[in-house]
Amino acid sequence: MDLLSILQDLVTDYTLRTVSLGAAVLGFVSGILGSFAVLRKQSLLGDAISHAALPGIALAFLLTGSKAPLTLILGAAIAGWIGTLFIISIINNTPIKEDTALGLVLSVFFGFGLVLLTFIQKLPNASQAGLDKFLFGQAATLMERDVVTMTVLGSISLFFVLLFWKEFKLLCFNADFGDSQGFRMSLLNILLTSLIVIAIVIGLQTVGVVLMSAMVVAPAAAARQWTDRMGFMVFLAGVFGAIAGVTGAIISSITPRLPTGPTIVIVISGIVLFSLLFAPNRGLIWSWVRKRRNNRRLQVDAVLGDLYILATQHGNIEHGHSITVLRTMSMGHGGTDGSLKELELQQLARRIDSDKWTLTSKGYAKAENMIINDRDDE
Amino acid sequence: MTKTSNGAIDSNQGDKFAIKLEDITMAYRDKPVLWDIDLEVPSGVLMAIVGPNGAGKTTLIKVIMNLESPAAGRVFIFGKPYQVQRKLVGYVPQRNSVDWDFPTTVLDVVMMGRYGAIGWFKRPGKKDKNLAIEALHKLGMADFKNRQIRQLSGGQQQRVFLARALVQNAQIYLMDEPFQGVDATTERAIIDLLQELRESGKTVVVIHHDLQTVPEYFDWVTLLNVRKIASGPIADVFTDKNLRLAYGGRVGFLSPHSHVGKEFTSNLNPDKEN
Repeated sequence: MDLLSILQDLVTDYTLRTVSLGAAVLGFVSGILGSFAVLRKQSLLGDAISHAALPGIALAFLLTGSKAPLTLILGAAIAGWIGTLFIISIINNTPIKEDTALGLVLSVFFGFGLVLLTFIQKLPNASQAGLDKFLFGQAATLMERDVVTMTVLGSISLFFVLLFWKEFKLLCFNADFGDSQGFRMSLLNILLTSLIVIAIVIGLQTVGVVLMSAMVVAPAAAARQWTDRMGFMVFLAGVFGAIAGVTGAIISSITPRLPTGPTIVIVISGIVLFSLLFAPNRGLIWSWVRKRRNNRRLQVDAVLGDLYILATQHGNIEHGHSITVLRTMSMGHGGTDGSLKELELQQLARRIDSDKWTLTSKGYAKAENMIINDRDDE
Repeated sequence: MTKTSNGAIDSNQGDKFAIKLEDITMAYRDKPVLWDIDLEVPSGVLMAIVGPNGAGKTTLIKVIMNLESPAAGRVFIFGKPYQVQRKLVGYVPQRNSVDWDFPTTVLDVVMMGRYGAIGWFKRPGKKDKNLAIEALHKLGMADFKNRQIRQLSGGQQQRVFLARALVQNAQIYLMDEPFQGVDATTERAIIDLLQELRESGKTVVVIHHDLQTVPEYFDWVTLLNVRKIASGPIADVFTDKNLRLAYGGRVGFLSPHSHVGKEFTSNLNPDKEN
């Protein structure tokens, strides 16, 4: 299938259109709310919530006998929310630290959910097929009304984010200071966490409980690389999430038997990797280039300094110095030849004969300046 | 006591104590952090809180602002509970209590000091921005207003925090170790600011580690080590005997006139108070 026909299908094909719309919504909402979790250094919160949602899905099915997505999502939300309340109260009321509390809730709830799923699969009369889709997600099962539900819930979450933007910023940056300003941070914490629960449950059907946390953390981590503004970072995380969601969901729905969750996660991982490497300022490539450039400059400065020392020792700028001496002075750091060429290029040093070098008067002045500044810094 | 023309104070003129604590006791599990503390801070003083590590200095400040709930005791700000006087109290937390890699600018952080006055939901406006820039000017940080906060040095970070407290226009300022690890420029800027605040009648409470500079910078001092050892004017309470009591036995070094190293005091064991 080539790109053009995919684009055509996006407009005409019901399944593809539904799937990509749904994935865009879930990616956008989870990217935005995930940013807050990442900024608060609660990256694992999403993992705990999505795993905690599993028993909710199973119980909702057991209690109602219905597999209607709205019912299951409601069950997931309630379980996820109870999970987060557990986490918050464990942190507040016991000596147990946050990471342990997250791990506890995640494993206990998820384990219970798996037990329930196994139990349901053994029920003789249950048309249980499909519930296990919630583990890794199956975009192809999305219906138009699911997308409408997701959009409504997502819009409500985003509305709250806009409404409480300044308060959430305080919560993320300096909660104690926020409290001292008269904003109840404990309430804002519960509200923000609840919004994250919503963002997660609307993605469960498509991405699955196991990998949904990637949609919370990865878009924000990628977006952080590109900007130092919180507003733009949050928006960019939403865009990255949406791109990953759509791309992953389309690939998985046109490829038979490919679960959606892992596909989406591979796409977003690619975006993260690219951002980690190539983003200006924070990207690894750039900081590597900067570091190299710096080292290079230091090496050149060192050789310049060595030539200066030799010149003062001889009391004569014109006197040439053998490159061997200079190599020895740099004590095996290497790069002496290259540094001399660089100095020659900048007209700070010149070659006297085949292997003798000396400073130009410009180079002498610069070296003198450099050494005096060094002393001042000490 | 210095009086100001500010209406908020006038309504409280009947009470000469800016901060009053009654029987404050606080414990984490079974370990007491603050024990039965009565404290009266007169309006208009520049007060240092000193004491060894683990003496409960930060906790005391947090109790005053209701960030920690005491097991027992009451807090009054100009004679009324903190909850109704919140706007009168400005807070400068420890510099390292926040993530300085947070994606935001200097101006944005200072503006956070206006959020309380702005109230829920509303966004900061032109007026708030001008106040923030003015505060940055006072601390010599105006040129940095559009900088990312991660590009700041430690001293600059501290000055941003002070500017943020300044725009709160509070009557009482609580500062948690503003002098910790700052450069000479910043130290000077903080001292000037403290003087200015005192001259305009504000009450300032500062957690301070450098015993040598206490008499120079402050006019009032509280010595704390879980219990209140002493509190009052420097001349009366900043004595060898009280310092000995506060820092627990390791005495000879601790005359205010001797050269007490920070390392030494910070190594003292807070539990050895008797």
